[in-house]
Amino acid sequence: MEGMDEIRDTFFQEAEELLGELERGLILIQEGDRDSETVNAIFRAVHSIKGGAGMFELDRLVSFAHAFETVLDDLRSRKIGLEANGLKTMLRSADLLSDLVRTARAGEEMEAGREAVLMAELAALSGGVADAAPSAFDAPELPAGPVSRLYDIRFTPLAALYANAGDPALLVRELHRLGTATVSCDASHVPDLSELDPEGAYLSWTVALETTESEDTIREVFEFVEGDCILEVIAGEPMVVEEPAVVEEGDGFDVAALLARMQAELGDGPAPEATPSPFDMPFAPDFSADFSNVVDLADMRPVETPAPSPAPAVEPVAAPVLAASPAKTEESKASSAPAPAAGATIRVDLDRLDRLVNLVGELVINRAMVAQRVVEAGLSNTAAVSVGLDELEQLTREIQDNVMALRAQPVRSVFQRMSRLVREVGEAVNKQVQLVVEGEGTEVDKTIVERLTDPLTHMIRNAIDHGLESPEKRLEAGKPLTGTVHLSARHASGHIVIEVSDDGGGLNRPRVRDIAVSKGLIPADAQLSDEETDNLIFLPGFSTASTISNISGRGVGLDVVKRSVQALGGRISIASRPGRGSTFTLALPLTLAVLDGMLVTVADQTLVLPLTSTVETLKLKPEEIHALGSSKLVTLRGAFTPMIDVGRHFGYRHAPADLTKSVGLVVETQGNTRTVLLVDEIQGQRQVVIKSLETNYGSVPGIAAATILGDGRVALILDVDALVSEASASASDFSFAIAG
Amino acid sequence: MTKTILTVDDSRTMRDMLRVALTGAGFNVVQAEDGVHGLEVLAQNSPDVIITDINMPRMDGFGFIENVRRDQRCRVIPILVLTTESDAAKKARAREAGATGWIVKPFNTTKLCDAIRRVAG
Repeated sequence: MEGMDEIRDTFFQEAEELLGELERGLILIQEGDRDSETVNAIFRAVHSIKGGAGMFELDRLVSFAHAFETVLDDLRSRKIGLEANGLKTMLRSADLLSDLVRTARAGEEMEAGREAVLMAELAALSGGVADAAPSAFDAPELPAGPVSRLYDIRFTPLAALYANAGDPALLVRELHRLGTATVSCDASHVPDLSELDPEGAYLSWTVALETTESEDTIREVFEFVEGDCILEVIAGEPMVVEEPAVVEEGDGFDVAALLARMQAELGDGPAPEATPSPFDMPFAPDFSADFSNVVDLADMRPVETPAPSPAPAVEPVAAPVLAASPAKTEESKASSAPAPAAGATIRVDLDRLDRLVNLVGELVINRAMVAQRVVEAGLSNTAAVSVGLDELEQLTREIQDNVMALRAQPVRSVFQRMSRLVREVGEAVNKQVQLVVEGEGTEVDKTIVERLTDPLTHMIRNAIDHGLESPEKRLEAGKPLTGTVHLSARHASGHIVIEVSDDGGGLNRPRVRDIAVSKGLIPADAQLSDEETDNLIFLPGFSTASTISNISGRGVGLDVVKRSVQALGGRISIASRPGRGSTFTLALPLTLAVLDGMLVTVADQTLVLPLTSTVETLKLKPEEIHALGSSKLVTLRGAFTPMIDVGRHFGYRHAPADLTKSVGLVVETQGNTRTVLLVDEIQGQRQVVIKSLETNYGSVPGIAAATILGDGRVALILDVDALVSEASASASDFSFAIAG
Repeated sequence: MTKTILTVDDSRTMRDMLRVALTGAGFNVVQAEDGVHGLEVLAQNSPDVIITDINMPRMDGFGFIENVRRDQRCRVIPILVLTTESDAAKKARAREAGATGWIVKPFNTTKLCDAIRRVAG
């Protein structure tokens, strides 16, 4: 089939959504939901995954989904009840199902036999051996019998066949496909019109079929109507070659004549019933040659109030509903789009969306340039063109917001994955944990949603492993045995704020401090506020776990989390209350296309610093500057902080900056390291549209990207992390200076 | 004469699959996402064949077929049921509900067209 790759993508996308629904449903049930619709929904989810997987011959996925579905089917038909154990098996099955989907999507093969245990558990739940899943494709058709036989087929439809919109003419035609058929119709049981039940079944057919096909194949033709007809297939002796059988006319039964007779009777007789009861009576058609004729006749069946009119009889039947005229076809084409339902969606290629986002970025820049020209031309603020530009600004801003919203997605997809994580981590460290999720509908740029998984995974692992106390300690402290991890998302002042909090013991500040000192991260006599102490855990090389568990001991510390959050232009912090728990707070921008920047001047160049990395600005006094080898340090509240002269660093000038005319910008980089950047002047804060330098020019160390200013000039956006590590690589290591 | 097929399935994958297969085979395709939607679409279209899934939210396939069979205008439209099971009980139930025939998933274009031909010429 064509377009299969695209459909495959659709399948996996849909499967992800269905897995989400499955997870959500199971959690609801875990929380005590006993609504039958919930069970139905999870059954449907697994069922749909199975159905789709079958189309792509993902056999392992199909068989596991089948075993899972069987249990869910029993559950919804109340054949089995649900116990805690059963629910656990189902949750784990959901996890495995999602693993199977993901490995299938990646085109990988999961290690053999991983399903075995769960398959057995599922089979035990449904109280028996899981029946084999349907094979991916039907068995090949039976090979044609070598010899030709003459079969005598007698076929008498029952009323039920017609009621289900079955059509004997089509069945007879199917027989024609198998060989040479001689058909005759027995209409002798058709009663007089006065006694005729329009929905009755009065006709039967006899077909002499000469074919090389087997009897089974013949019976297969009647598969759909089995039970709705009386069928006899009598096989004759194998035949010797015979002259080609001539298809005969059906038994002298003349449709036109019957119709004419009916019309005549209707015309004379009482008026037809008011209800437009369709004549659901199949007329024995002329099978001899022209089959299109049969179809036409068949189409005429739903007669709406037959108008009593003179011959020719076949013509006058009122426009049959089903006989689609060309005009009708047009009409149905036009209306073929389903009625726009609420929440209708359209899928758009991501590239197109990104192109649009880029174009809007250009538009914003262009508008700013025009505005600048207007100012340069010396026009007043009240000039018509300025007023017009203001309106244009309003519009572009709205367009920008709306376009950004196109890329926005709810964080739900990431949040959903966390419940599995909580289960697994909880089991691994023997703690009972419940996850409470809030605001999963909060929307943020798709790229940010995708990159949230890692930091969130880490924070949640950390919350369970280090945050929550052991069950014994919780009982001692008079807390409920089951610990709670809260995961929430909300919008706040142009950012999305995500919080992960636990109701555990909170950070052990004296210990945090001891570790930081023992690892040489802070001087032994450093004066730190509670907040500063708490944030020490984000330092590289800090780990409070005295025993490395396989949960958080993956060689990744919270410093990595902090770095990945910063890479997204966000910030992370922790607040802790002893005995009450800790809260990680993550603040991220809503989009990656626009940056809140601090514009500064360095040697007549305009540079942009990400606002998120800027902590404070200060006027420097000469007595606070200390030289240390080739580099300089600033005393910042008693702590030595490295200083970078940005103009010299980038080679804009060779002479050192004039301190009396310079401004210091305190920036925070990886692991809370603070550095002072020396610039000439601060221009102000502004939102800038990020333009990739790499795609337009090339990668430059210390420069993250570029933007175009209102006057049309290009301004470089500094990569503060790279700048600082580059500068400190050439100087000595001042890691103790972080205590600022 | 191009035949119009109405497909009713809640799975996007299955809808895409049916659309691609049927359009490729020269049919005109109209689609709906569940039974309720199917009836709405049916009110505005006159398909020659209906293909419906069974397990769907809002109104399942059985409910949908019953409604179609009660409708004087639509009752003679052949209905094919999509099913993953090939066991007799499921088929009997589909027929009881008023289905004309069935297509066992997974299907391919040939299987699909065969089933359509068998119920609608």
